[in-house]
Amino acid sequence: MSIMSWAEARDIIRNSIWKQNAGLVQILGLCPVLVMSSNIVNGVSLGLATSLVMLVSGAAVAAVREFIPNELRSPIFILIIAALVTMVDLLMNSYVHDLYVVLGIFIPLITTNCIVLARAEAYASKNGVAHSALDGFFMGLGLTVVLAILGAGRELLGKGTLLSGIDLVFGPAAKSWVIHVIPAEWNYQFLLAILPPGAFIGLGFLIAGKLALDRRAEAKARLAAPQDATLPEKQAA
Amino acid sequence: MNTSPFFVKPTPLQVVMLKVAAALLPAIAVYVHVFGVGILLQLLLATVTALATEAGCLKLRKYPLKPFLSDGSAIVTAWLLALSMPPLGGWWMVVLATFIAIAVGKHLYGGLGQNPFNPAMIGFAVMIVSFPAQMSRWAAPLALPGVDLDAAAQIAYIFTGSLPAGLSFDAIASATPLDMVKTALIQHGHLGDVLSGALFATGGWLPSQMGWIALAYLVGGLYLLASRIIPWQTPLAFLAGLGVLAGAMHLYDPGHYTSPVFHLFGGAAMLAAFFIVTDPVSGPTTPRGRLIFGASIGVLTYCIRVFGGYPDGVAFAVIIMNIAAPFIDQYTQPKVFGRKAKQNDSRKKGAKA
Repeated sequence: MSIMSWAEARDIIRNSIWKQNAGLVQILGLCPVLVMSSNIVNGVSLGLATSLVMLVSGAAVAAVREFIPNELRSPIFILIIAALVTMVDLLMNSYVHDLYVVLGIFIPLITTNCIVLARAEAYASKNGVAHSALDGFFMGLGLTVVLAILGAGRELLGKGTLLSGIDLVFGPAAKSWVIHVIPAEWNYQFLLAILPPGAFIGLGFLIAGKLALDRRAEAKARLAAPQDATLPEKQAA
Repeated sequence: MNTSPFFVKPTPLQVVMLKVAAALLPAIAVYVHVFGVGILLQLLLATVTALATEAGCLKLRKYPLKPFLSDGSAIVTAWLLALSMPPLGGWWMVVLATFIAIAVGKHLYGGLGQNPFNPAMIGFAVMIVSFPAQMSRWAAPLALPGVDLDAAAQIAYIFTGSLPAGLSFDAIASATPLDMVKTALIQHGHLGDVLSGALFATGGWLPSQMGWIALAYLVGGLYLLASRIIPWQTPLAFLAGLGVLAGAMHLYDPGHYTSPVFHLFGGAAMLAAFFIVTDPVSGPTTPRGRLIFGASIGVLTYCIRVFGGYPDGVAFAVIIMNIAAPFIDQYTQPKVFGRKAKQNDSRKKGAKA
């Protein structure tokens, strides 16, 4: 038998991506989510960097959880996370330097991103290495998905493009990959979507959308099981 | 002390909104005289958009259409918005602004009576943040030499953006007085002779002919005050907050700070005083709270105008104070008649317990 059953893994993944999504349900790490979601490339880059840190920090915290005195756990978690973030910071600086310049302070700030510490505290300090690594990675991916959708929406509404800035990751050759949904010569611009208020409004719409989807699924489940259908409906009324 | 709860027949919302719209009519008439009939088209576009958006939102929310559409609140919002936008702005600007005001500013929060912010100001703020260049392209008063746009040309310009041959937009456009003063201060560091320019000369003792429109708002506002549609506290406190601060600064350095008359009759101050800060939904409801609310908006408006980046600050000042309205309400509850203030202060009692 392997260290984790499929059912367990599936539960962790579903929980991290949807049920307890870092961006939409826990609403943790709001600051980088709001700042870096002005386009897809920034959002996904920061999301993936965070996922990588969470994958390793989950595993590392889980591995040493037996030896950490309870009173000292926060500083130790932060030390572990900070060390990992420094590695990611140096790696990005050397391999994707242009993007590193754009993301700026938000790479080192992954250390203070609440979602990383929250998962270390709430999950990795109580579960095994494999579970914690999986949980951390998919929590990060859940955040990445939110960043990608929010970034796409803001970019599309604000500038009429998708994937702008992709050349920061793949070099100047990638400049032609930028999709101009609205032709570039129209000079379309809707500044509000790009500016900070757009991030708040966009995130609000995403949270509302997720709640609506959840409610719809709930209603469907209720229809599928008609014998319990009367009670919850009465409660709702 | 508030009036006792004697039986009174509440004025139906429809009548209130009708009177507010009627109070705007003198200003609209002066507006047409100063800038031409373009504003009428803007008002029409805003009204149609507001009603269509309202109907769409009501339908989505499964509310009955007729009682809500006919209460007139959407139309008043639309008119206020159209009156604060550039008179010769493209048709899409006023349509987008009205859509945002009604859909986002009003219905996303739960519709009439539930909106924490003034919907018209939300629409305006979104536009000025998103399209600063287009929003500051104000039309020049027709009284200025060389400005000659007949009704057909104005309507064509609003819809197509093209002017009759031989006329460039620069010839018929002009910065607003507030904008001009701001530019002069940035460029020279003092007012200089900007106040004696051609634009200002058109208005007599008021800052340009836009001051005439402000005067007409004042007339309409006094009618609303007389018919008790709006309370006196908010407009008075707003005008006092703005005017006193402007007066003090003007006395301190007349070469740098313009006169209180300029501030009270320039920009959207008069429109705001009687039609915007008096919004019963998004403002506080206690008499003392209204004084604080109005005065704060006046002071904030002055600060944003003089020290901020935007030429006029009414919209942002109103939105900022809308956030504070519930807080102001909580701390300005009037005492019940016949009791001493301290005995009735349940808040303090609650804090001790």
